[in-house]
Amino acid sequence: MTMKVSRRGFLASASAAVLVLGVRPDGALAAGETDAMLNPFVKVASDGQVTGIVKHFEKGQGPATGLSTLIAEELGVSIEQITYEFAPSNPEIYANTFFGGFQGTGGSTAMANSFMQYRQAGAAARELLIKAAADAWGVDASGLKIVEGIVTGGGKTAPIGDFVAAASTMEAPADPPLTPPSEWRLIGNPDVRRLDSPIKTNGKAMFAMDLHLPNQMVAVISRAPSRGGLVAGFDDSACSEVKGFIRAATLPNKAGVAVYAEDTWAAFQARDLLSVDWDMSAAETRSSDEIKSEIMAALDEAPTYNVSKTDHAATKSAVDGAETVVEQTFYFPLLAHAPMEPLNCTIEANADGGVTLHDGCQAPTGPHMALSQIFELPMEKVRINTMLAGGSFGRRATPDADYQVEAALAFVITDRKRPVKLVWSREDDMRSGYYRPAVGHRVRVGLTGGKIVGWDHHVAGQSIMKGTAFEAMAVRDGIDHSSVEGTADGPYQIPGMFVGLTDTPKATSTLWWRSVGHTHTAYVMEVMMDQAAKAASADPVEFRLAYLSGEGDDQKRKANVLRLVAEKANWGNAPEGRYQGVAVHKSFGTYVAEIAEISGNPDDGIVIENVTCVVDCGIPVNPDVIKAQMEGGIGYGIGHVMRDQITLAGGEVEQYNFPDYEPLRISDIRGIDVHIVKSEAAPSGVGEPGTPPSAPALANAIAAASGVMVASLPMEEEGVYFA
Amino acid sequence: MAISLKLNGNPTTVEAEPGTPLLWVIRDELKLTGTKFGCGVASCGACTVHVDGEPTRSCQTYIEDVEGAEITTIEAMEDTKVGAAVQQAWVEMDVVQCGYCQSGQIMSAVGLLTENPKPSVDDIHDYMHGNACRCATYQRIRAAIQRASDILEA
Repeated sequence: MTMKVSRRGFLASASAAVLVLGVRPDGALAAGETDAMLNPFVKVASDGQVTGIVKHFEKGQGPATGLSTLIAEELGVSIEQITYEFAPSNPEIYANTFFGGFQGTGGSTAMANSFMQYRQAGAAARELLIKAAADAWGVDASGLKIVEGIVTGGGKTAPIGDFVAAASTMEAPADPPLTPPSEWRLIGNPDVRRLDSPIKTNGKAMFAMDLHLPNQMVAVISRAPSRGGLVAGFDDSACSEVKGFIRAATLPNKAGVAVYAEDTWAAFQARDLLSVDWDMSAAETRSSDEIKSEIMAALDEAPTYNVSKTDHAATKSAVDGAETVVEQTFYFPLLAHAPMEPLNCTIEANADGGVTLHDGCQAPTGPHMALSQIFELPMEKVRINTMLAGGSFGRRATPDADYQVEAALAFVITDRKRPVKLVWSREDDMRSGYYRPAVGHRVRVGLTGGKIVGWDHHVAGQSIMKGTAFEAMAVRDGIDHSSVEGTADGPYQIPGMFVGLTDTPKATSTLWWRSVGHTHTAYVMEVMMDQAAKAASADPVEFRLAYLSGEGDDQKRKANVLRLVAEKANWGNAPEGRYQGVAVHKSFGTYVAEIAEISGNPDDGIVIENVTCVVDCGIPVNPDVIKAQMEGGIGYGIGHVMRDQITLAGGEVEQYNFPDYEPLRISDIRGIDVHIVKSEAAPSGVGEPGTPPSAPALANAIAAASGVMVASLPMEEEGVYFA
Repeated sequence: MAISLKLNGNPTTVEAEPGTPLLWVIRDELKLTGTKFGCGVASCGACTVHVDGEPTRSCQTYIEDVEGAEITTIEAMEDTKVGAAVQQAWVEMDVVQCGYCQSGQIMSAVGLLTENPKPSVDDIHDYMHGNACRCATYQRIRAAIQRASDILEA
């Protein structure tokens, strides 16, 4: 972690702050306007109110609290004394430092990429306020500190707000000293509460769906029944029956017909009465069965790409020569993200000729560029107002900014006098979505003397990155790493490991889904580890530890969470009638081990009694948020493998709404215990890493209970039922 | 058509076409956006409000069927004893993640605790089954309902 906030950045904003906040364009100081933008990440008002400018969107994963915690820690205020705002779209200041010049949230990077940046921002603000106080009091700055928002020292005390005006005229320190971990009050404090809890329990939280701009129209889109269909014509004569219907118009890209109405219900009603002729000549026509057959056929052939850069022939011969061979073929279906808030966003024209997008915006740079092109506007004339997002799980960041582009197209063909709010229904979300790709794995593990001597692993499936704007960045030597992450690159030191990859044709738009490739690779790795342990008549925990015995930090941290979870879950000593399954996986720099404990059996119904989780995510900034993310990640992973899949018939998605894609319910997992490893390592992500081990831990528990190893998902499709 | 009802204690008249779901009247006409649209088919519970004290899926409740009824939404929960206790428990335990379903969760939890002040875990599971949370905050919902029960008992 050597990243620094540039001195120039602070200087530019500090001088801009005086201009913006201190002096009006007419040159006069505005009375009471003593707020000062001390730097791009922190705002301190003259009443002492501190505002963190949060560059990551909040979909529940906690950055509004987390990034504010970092600022509050360094600035010397309590968590109650800070509030947050979401940053505008401006990648020059707010880029994800792990994503080059791109502003966006993903890959569980929000805390990891902000940890130094936001602490430095808070520290710089603190230094400026202290210097201003020292100047005002005529004392040495080194004797001053800020405690709970009060500058203290030299026998004096005064609230920080008193020094805001003076501080805003000063030059920011280039390298402000950071508070040492031994003095942290907020970082690592389990009592720090989420800043967004109150507004999310009293109905006041404003999601993009809750925006009602004056004079807005609601637009819903009639889309082709399957991917690739285009509008050939439409008849909206019946729509006029609906009070509030305004008009219908074909989108410029012919991907759909926009139905405009005065309110949401009228728009839905009118769309139901719209008749559209579709040109389906280029549309997808395959079924899920055909997709699965393509993947299985690919697994029968040699892989296209050598992912592990190892000798396939040597691995094959090692496996063939082994005493015992464990072989298994896996299949993972398409999955929808189905965030609770259906996709939506609003676009309005600005007085300066530009436009503003109001959106629970996950990756502003994408829609920013797209809107700039569609409206033929310079980037600075396109503004993005990031609002709270009702979940995402990856869905709100697409390489082609799909729904924001749809809204822009629906807006660009109007006279632009009325804001247009694009609303997706749940059916739109389920049927017109982007999906976790369908993937197959075939693995042959050879064991001799109870030890792995060869691991021959072939992944075949639909690439996420290929064919998108991210291909150039994310695909190397033809390999989309997101298809195979979590296999050969994991901490396990597996002798004779070969991993190959074959791409199969896409039948839908594919997209990262909470934990991306790890959604399937962790399942395969951890189920195969259990199967191999069984073949070796070894304890599954001990068996895994044998491949994590190296001196590397990677092995040690993974082994540590595994040992700890065994201890916390009382591994091997499940009560009568209960069965345990374990899995451990590293993703996004974070190590997570989980033990699922179940009762019942696959025929009469499995009950998931408990999941114990140990996570090592480096320095745990907000421990309670980390616990919540593990709880949620476990629920998300397990809920989908129990019973969810997106299927196609003749190219059309067969699921319509939640009854066909039943979400995890409150009784499905009876308890979750999360334990956090103490660590001084740099913080890594927590939004995704709880998900990958959850499904294989459940699968391994079911295998322990019944001998049934589920290799094709979802489990209910394979005759494993849940009570 | 004009429909008269009582919204959060205030007599209100709304203008809506017959067949319009109560949800959209609350959200789009009355601009009370704490009540959420999640599925439109009464499958997720995000739209839960109280109709004459009963938790009800407003997305499947026609406006003409609530003529004269007392409608209570999340915005009025802090003014009720049970609602305030549930909200206190929710904040204490940081139940929320994305938060989009939580109005509906709270409206259902208030319904549960109103008719059953000391619910068992099974009671909670049965009553809350229809409220989906895609963030899977269920662990904390369960605990917060028990906490709210304790707050009410104290």
